[in-house]
Amino acid sequence: MSAALWLRTIVGLVALLALLAGVTLFGVWWERKFIGHLQRRRGPLHHGWHGLLQLPADMIKMIAKEDTVPTAADSLLFQFGPVAAIVPAYAALAALTFAPGIALIDMQHGLLYVFAWETMLPLAFALIGWSCANKFTLIGGLRAAAQLISYEIPMLLAALGVVLTAQSMNLTTIINAQTGWWYVFKQPLGFVIFSVAMLAEMNRSPFDLPEAESELVAGYMTEYSGMKFGFVQLAEYSVLLVGSYLIAALFLGGWNMPFLPASWLWLALKIVLLMTSTMWFRGTFPRLRVDTLTQMSWKWLLPAALVNIMLVAALALWLGPKVY
Amino acid sequence: MSASTILVAALACAVGVIFVLALYGVVALLAPKNPYPLKDAVYECGHEPVGDPRVPFRVQYYGVALVFLIFDIETAFLYPWGLVARSLGWVGYIEMAAFVIVLLVGLLYAWRKGVLKWA
Repeated sequence: MSAALWLRTIVGLVALLALLAGVTLFGVWWERKFIGHLQRRRGPLHHGWHGLLQLPADMIKMIAKEDTVPTAADSLLFQFGPVAAIVPAYAALAALTFAPGIALIDMQHGLLYVFAWETMLPLAFALIGWSCANKFTLIGGLRAAAQLISYEIPMLLAALGVVLTAQSMNLTTIINAQTGWWYVFKQPLGFVIFSVAMLAEMNRSPFDLPEAESELVAGYMTEYSGMKFGFVQLAEYSVLLVGSYLIAALFLGGWNMPFLPASWLWLALKIVLLMTSTMWFRGTFPRLRVDTLTQMSWKWLLPAALVNIMLVAALALWLGPKVY
Repeated sequence: MSASTILVAALACAVGVIFVLALYGVVALLAPKNPYPLKDAVYECGHEPVGDPRVPFRVQYYGVALVFLIFDIETAFLYPWGLVARSLGWVGYIEMAAFVIVLLVGLLYAWRKGVLKWA
């Protein structure tokens, strides 16, 4: 690699780390604030302007808190758990294209790369749940694994509709194919399936069974204190970011906006709105029951996704690349 | 994929590992350390833990994992077709439709067998 490429890589890696930390810190604050106001509370208020100094306070608390390791836990796996969660969560960000040419790696098959990392996460959660030697974490980890693998298939199949229409897995090509009609208008069924499955992949309410606080304390992360808890939070907010990015990029036109010039700001706006709407769902919907958790995926989303694929393929062949 | 793409992707993994390990180091320097047996017991809502923590879990998780494997491989088969669907035309479409119908029958079979039922 040339010196310029090395420099670009290092700057990019640091920028992605900063993005991940920033999204997590602001996400936690914004989530507390937003849900607070949904429930006619005020949320964080005391430290700084509307509780904004809560961000550095949380960070210091995470780092300075005692790191407890249960004696019964498998200590090697217990220490390795955050690595298994952070590496996929962080490496997935590398292929995200935020504006034409603005990506750490503009891969030919960027979408495949992102999906590959996202699907590593159930492994990390099941591993964390197992290593803690706690019944709550074990059940939480297994629920997380069952949920993530169940909803992964409708998610992949719904994204296939977009890949099929754009004839590419490159994120730039997919977004540039939406300068006219966004794919949400061409494939509304695919959009619904992808959004619901993505919501489950993000472990967000109403699919937050793996960490159902009224049943499982905090699910698979019950035994994690201090920075280990922080790492799991980073991984979760990374999935939230990647999920919102993928919904915006695959179906909502990415950086395109009708009648207005394309800009990365539109993409950022769409991502923030999608993230906020997951918080809105959290403040609105009750949690699913555990026996209905995987049913929706297998009995509704999967058949619907298969129908969607064949429908999209038929339309693509019938109408041709100029129209569809 | 070019060699530099793979190298950058590998670097991203390495930075993830280094990030976690570096913060472990900071925590080891800053955080207090005062363990005692009661603190290091697993948290089960304040009670002393009863029995083996690795409880037997529902066999349905296994069923879901098996169905997942089948459909995940199916998805892996569908993606290459998706990338060339336009150039393959209706012949490819009919072949894939047959494949999808066979899979739907498989799903129906798993459904009837009660694999997808939780209780």
